[in-house]
Amino acid sequence: MSQKISVVENILSANDQIAQKNRAAFDQAGVFAINIMASPGAGKTTFILKTMEALQGRLRLGVIEGDVAGSIDAEKAAAAGLPAVQINTGGDCHLDAVMLSNALPALPLDQLDLVIVENVGNLICPASFALGTHLNVLIASIPEGDDKPYKYPGMYRGVQALIISKIDLLPYVTFDMDYFRRGVEMLNPGLVTFPVSAKTGEGMQAWADWLVEKVHSK
Amino acid sequence: MHELSITQNILEIALRHAEQAGAREIKGIDILIGRYSSFVDDSIQFYWDIIAKGTIAENAVLHFQRVPVEFTCQDCGAVYEPQEDDFACPRCLSPRVRVTRGEELRVESIEVET
Repeated sequence: MSQKISVVENILSANDQIAQKNRAAFDQAGVFAINIMASPGAGKTTFILKTMEALQGRLRLGVIEGDVAGSIDAEKAAAAGLPAVQINTGGDCHLDAVMLSNALPALPLDQLDLVIVENVGNLICPASFALGTHLNVLIASIPEGDDKPYKYPGMYRGVQALIISKIDLLPYVTFDMDYFRRGVEMLNPGLVTFPVSAKTGEGMQAWADWLVEKVHSK
Repeated sequence: MHELSITQNILEIALRHAEQAGAREIKGIDILIGRYSSFVDDSIQFYWDIIAKGTIAENAVLHFQRVPVEFTCQDCGAVYEPQEDDFACPRCLSPRVRVTRGEELRVESIEVET
């Protein structure tokens, strides 16, 4: 006999459950965790290293680097003196909660205040896969263009902070900031936004101060 | 590429619910995919044909229902599908809007033979 059974289950619920376990592990260790997402070439690694400089002496920081292959980014972070772990996704275009869960034992969580997870460079799916971090952050760099909120709305929906990076390039490229910000505001009303240049240092202190505040008020 | 893990999740959900119902075979699966959910149904079907082989779901037909994006204007209440390059309310032009539909990614139901 043929019959229809109601299911109504989120397809990502298995990932979400593991993400909740990751969150519990962070909370138990008293660590605040953020998930940084951006397109390839947006400057995620440089931004993280500059963030580390701006946080010097204020927070104890660890880094988890997600990439399709290789360990260049983790080596950069380790060279800067940070506890760093590399996750290679083996071709997958995003980190998921299981990959993060497997990487966590390699970090001395009890000795850290903040863990920065650098997701795979991609504007399509990383936002769909919760990791269990407390904050999702998107870096949008000026040379990518002002139309990105309209082309990758899912990404702009899934974050709680937005970094507009490489603002030192504004005089040299066509980028309508009002059009960009209008798209962001319609997708994610009230999203907290930091215009920065990791190169000149402009805006980095405001971002670092906000982050310290977030970590302490957790 | 990311559709592989999605497809595995769909299979796992369908098999679990079919087993609970004591089903012999899964004939069909209804899946809801919002346009903002970043997943492509062609790829899911492609992986399905490989990974469902040898299970009671190997002949299941995947029915995808694509959900369009829907915004709701906070000023005049209009409900609309936005243009690609501007999301503002087409009726009163307000930018005070909210996404109210289009992010779904769910298995809605399965059709089984018991």
